[in-house]
Amino acid sequence: MATAVMTTLDPKSRSAARGMSDLTIRNLFIIPTIVFLIVFNIFPLIYSLGYSFTDFRASSPAAANFVGLQNYRELLNDPFIWSNFAITAKYVIVSVVGQVIVGFGVALLLNRDIPLKGLLTTLLLLPMMLSMAVVGLFWKLLYDPSFGIINYTLGLGSFEWLSNPDMALYAVAITDIWMWSPFVMLLSLAGLSAVPKHLYEAAAIDRAGSFYTFFRITLPLVAPILMIAIIFRTMEAFKTFDLAYILTSQPTTEVISIRLYKMAFQEWQTGRSCALAYIVLIMILAITNIYVKYLNKVKER
Amino acid sequence: MAAVTTSTERSLNKLAIVGVLIVTMIFLAPIYWIASTAFKPRNLATTIPPTVVFQPEISPFVKLFTKRSQLRTAPTPEQYAAAPWWERLVFDGGEKVVRSGRGEVQWSGYPSRFMNSLIVAITSTILAVGMGTFTAYGFSRFKIKGEQDLLFFILSTRMLPPVVVAIPMFLMYRAVGLNDTHWGLIILYTAFNLSFSVWLMKGFMDEIPKEYEEAALVDGYTRMEAFFKIVLPEAATGIAATAVFCFITAWNEYAFALIMTNRRAQTAPPFIPSQVGSGLPDWTVIAAGTFLFLLPVAIFTFLLRNHLLRGMSFGAIRK
Repeated sequence: MATAVMTTLDPKSRSAARGMSDLTIRNLFIIPTIVFLIVFNIFPLIYSLGYSFTDFRASSPAAANFVGLQNYRELLNDPFIWSNFAITAKYVIVSVVGQVIVGFGVALLLNRDIPLKGLLTTLLLLPMMLSMAVVGLFWKLLYDPSFGIINYTLGLGSFEWLSNPDMALYAVAITDIWMWSPFVMLLSLAGLSAVPKHLYEAAAIDRAGSFYTFFRITLPLVAPILMIAIIFRTMEAFKTFDLAYILTSQPTTEVISIRLYKMAFQEWQTGRSCALAYIVLIMILAITNIYVKYLNKVKER
Repeated sequence: MAAVTTSTERSLNKLAIVGVLIVTMIFLAPIYWIASTAFKPRNLATTIPPTVVFQPEISPFVKLFTKRSQLRTAPTPEQYAAAPWWERLVFDGGEKVVRSGRGEVQWSGYPSRFMNSLIVAITSTILAVGMGTFTAYGFSRFKIKGEQDLLFFILSTRMLPPVVVAIPMFLMYRAVGLNDTHWGLIILYTAFNLSFSVWLMKGFMDEIPKEYEEAALVDGYTRMEAFFKIVLPEAATGIAATAVFCFITAWNEYAFALIMTNRRAQTAPPFIPSQVGSGLPDWTVIAAGTFLFLLPVAIFTFLLRNHLLRGMSFGAIRK
């Protein structure tokens, strides 16, 4: 214990006699935060767990009736909910794969002797710092079929992006890739710069091809950090709400968070939405667990 | 990269430079387009081909801050001459500034939303960083039973999807009257940022040598004095970086603000999209609002550039 350390330092020092003990300070410093998080994060979840077993509607004064597991049973048997999960999965795959390809690719380009590298890196990181909702809104103008600069630059005529059910999800994913590739790039750059230079020198002496060098040296050494980026982005893409909600209202872009939002705050099926929230919550906790394990692994290196 | 620079290596490098420049241009294009649209006259905002060269004007900003209505008849020359310069810009765009019965200019919804964003983001940042710094010190210096589990618990509260937390919070806030209030949002953002601030600050605290405080304790400081006089000044950079990250997160947040506020306490992120509404949106006004809203974050990004990696990885990865 830290108290023990102090006593061995100097048992009769004034610091031990006067002021608060380390134990008191430790509790004073930590407990308020834990209590705050329990009150404002855990307690609401317990509250909503209770409602998830009822038919409560926040829009009506009628009291909640206990319905047991009915909400869960109906949700898990609802093909529409499963299609929301399928849309979410598709979105996660498209956007995360896109972010890894673009982000890692740009990191490889930047991991050379490039003039003004610091400035260019910071400029490239700008998109991820901006508000998804506010910048996302502006992409509506960029995607506009008649006067958007995307169609103009690519010569696509009046190609429909957001109002096209088949294209809308990809359009949202492209915007997400634009915003979050910089994140993958940032982490990849850290991984790349940590690869010891002598490995490349040794490979060069052995006349190893660049293909071999990349797959045998670069990739394995960057993999753990890249994995963190992938898990983190997967988790965030799974939770996505802002971009898809603002950019389109297509049924083909109704990811699970949007379904949950509509169920809770437009249809006012409060009890059922609490149950759906719990299903989502369990999935997120599983991914978070993997993420934290990886974080600790990389930290220990 | 390699110690021996061959000619292939040099030409590869040139190729990489060209590649990076192209990618940077593509990545910055949307941001440039926001900034340039914010200074365009309305009729140039949606042209084909897109207008790149134009005479910049600030009428979008005047329109952003004022309540306007369509002009039915052109203003008389006297009216036009009597109007201040900024009001003429609105006349030129075919609109007029709405005035109250006593002739006072009516403000648009934007300034109050911007102020709400400032109030909520600054207050929640102070609370989250304040509490987070103490807690991080506790975790960094003292033995705590189940420390890893507690830290995981703290982090997991941040990983929850906003809508999941928002459903019960909405009901609880409604019961106690916190819906559509600054404090309602401040509490949510503090909780959200607190976990982040603990994780990030713990990394910074771990880097401050324990010996500093131990020396101070031997010199007769109490633990509290050592914390305030030795540790806090050493942690100043970390505290500043954490604060900027928390500010940006709260500033950018959309989902909670959309659900928990609608008028009085509404922040800018849900307000700006609501301007699009029905009819043909005036993209120059939206761009002007977006531009002003993004500006602080863009500046902060440059100030933070050396801490971005650390902040985005919750303090786990450092250079």
